[in-house]
Amino acid sequence: MKLTLKIWRQKNADTKGKMVDYPIDGIDGDMSFLEMLDILNEDLINKGEEPVAFDHDCREGICGMCSLHINGEPHGPDKGITTCQLHMRMFKDGDTIFIEPFRANAFPVIKDLVVDRSSFDRIQHAGGFISVNTSGNTIDANAIPINKHDADEAFEAATCIGCGACVASCKNSSAMLFVAAKVSQFALLPQGKVEATERVLNMVKQMDEEGFGNCTNTGACEVECPKGISLEYIARMNREYLAASLKG
Amino acid sequence: MGGIFNSSVGRKFAMALSAFFLMIFLVQHFAINLLSVFSADTFNEASHFMGTFWVVQYIFQPILIFGVIFHFVMGMVLEIRNKNARSIGYVKYNGNANSTWMSRNMIYTGAVILLFLGLHFYDFWLPEINTKFIQGDMSGTLASGEYRYYEELQHKFVDVWRVALYCLSFVFLSLHLLHGFSSAFQSVGANNKYTKGLRGFGKAYAIVIPLGFIFIALYHHFN
Repeated sequence: MKLTLKIWRQKNADTKGKMVDYPIDGIDGDMSFLEMLDILNEDLINKGEEPVAFDHDCREGICGMCSLHINGEPHGPDKGITTCQLHMRMFKDGDTIFIEPFRANAFPVIKDLVVDRSSFDRIQHAGGFISVNTSGNTIDANAIPINKHDADEAFEAATCIGCGACVASCKNSSAMLFVAAKVSQFALLPQGKVEATERVLNMVKQMDEEGFGNCTNTGACEVECPKGISLEYIARMNREYLAASLKG
Repeated sequence: MGGIFNSSVGRKFAMALSAFFLMIFLVQHFAINLLSVFSADTFNEASHFMGTFWVVQYIFQPILIFGVIFHFVMGMVLEIRNKNARSIGYVKYNGNANSTWMSRNMIYTGAVILLFLGLHFYDFWLPEINTKFIQGDMSGTLASGEYRYYEELQHKFVDVWRVALYCLSFVFLSLHLLHGFSSAFQSVGANNKYTKGLRGFGKAYAIVIPLGFIFIALYHHFN
């Protein structure tokens, strides 16, 4: 396959970036998207040029590190996958592919396609935890009876890998799907009830302080989420938040 | 509780509450307008009641005006905050891949509805206020002694351009409601086993009510 890549190049956080064209040849449909970028980078290094910086780690759709906006969609044109699981067979010979970093002020570009998603970490620090006695009297989680439906829902919420595709796809750069998943995975379980009120208030407050936008329920986040986290979790978070606000 | 409306979740909740109020008002407005198709007398009676009953005039009407202004101002506030959350946009953005046009353009469909409201107030509300509260004529009648409401309604819809503007505005109202109805429920946390049915009902509401208004405007134009 012969392709033209239009890639966002930006030296660092303080400089302006721009789209740069890179023709590339010999790409096989069975290659992953990141392997294609590896080939491009090898070529650039051989030419003495600066390789394209992009985030990646596990390359199996688990870690949530890869974060590319490809042809107008986070993680590219396929659904239910991360960028590392995207295969070149999704493109045709002669295609032009736009590759950009996830865009949001709360995700500033560090270099080229790499963005700083530590705002998600700060939201987690604000309330994404439970208190557990670790002094030797810890109760085995399996000893606490939990309704199967609640356990399944909590598990589904916990599959969020925090990649940021929800923010990247949202026209408002809203992080509500991420925060909703993190609030719900605890709110649904007995261990999470203790800090439920503070958790949702503090996590939403931190989300707002980070500069994410408001949710307008377009549903783009749900469609683009590689783990298929449902909008139902945002509704759950809204309920939790309103109830917590009334409690004060 | 005090800080709830300073948060992103709280603002959406407030937006949804004003939307519910406006959607209920729309049904009431539609029901009275529809009377004009079936019976001029009944329409006149209903209009006179709504235009002179103190509860409607001095309690519901101010609440309605506040609701409209609040919904618009809050919509603008949310839009500005959302635009500010992404200073540098994408070179290529494929919104159609994951969301509907209606959901992404609520601010524009809302702006058209607001412009329409300006015309609607100029056509009906301001003359009503002038007649009742400036000229002090609360009788609701013409010189002939007959009620004036049906006569005024028909007079307004003689102009083909006004009718066309009304019909176009109702199309935008439909587009706004096609997303807004279900979005309001989601914002107050109502997403459960009834959501699928509610979405279907919302779509029907978003099509039937504006279509009904279009029908009424055309009916009076051609009669």
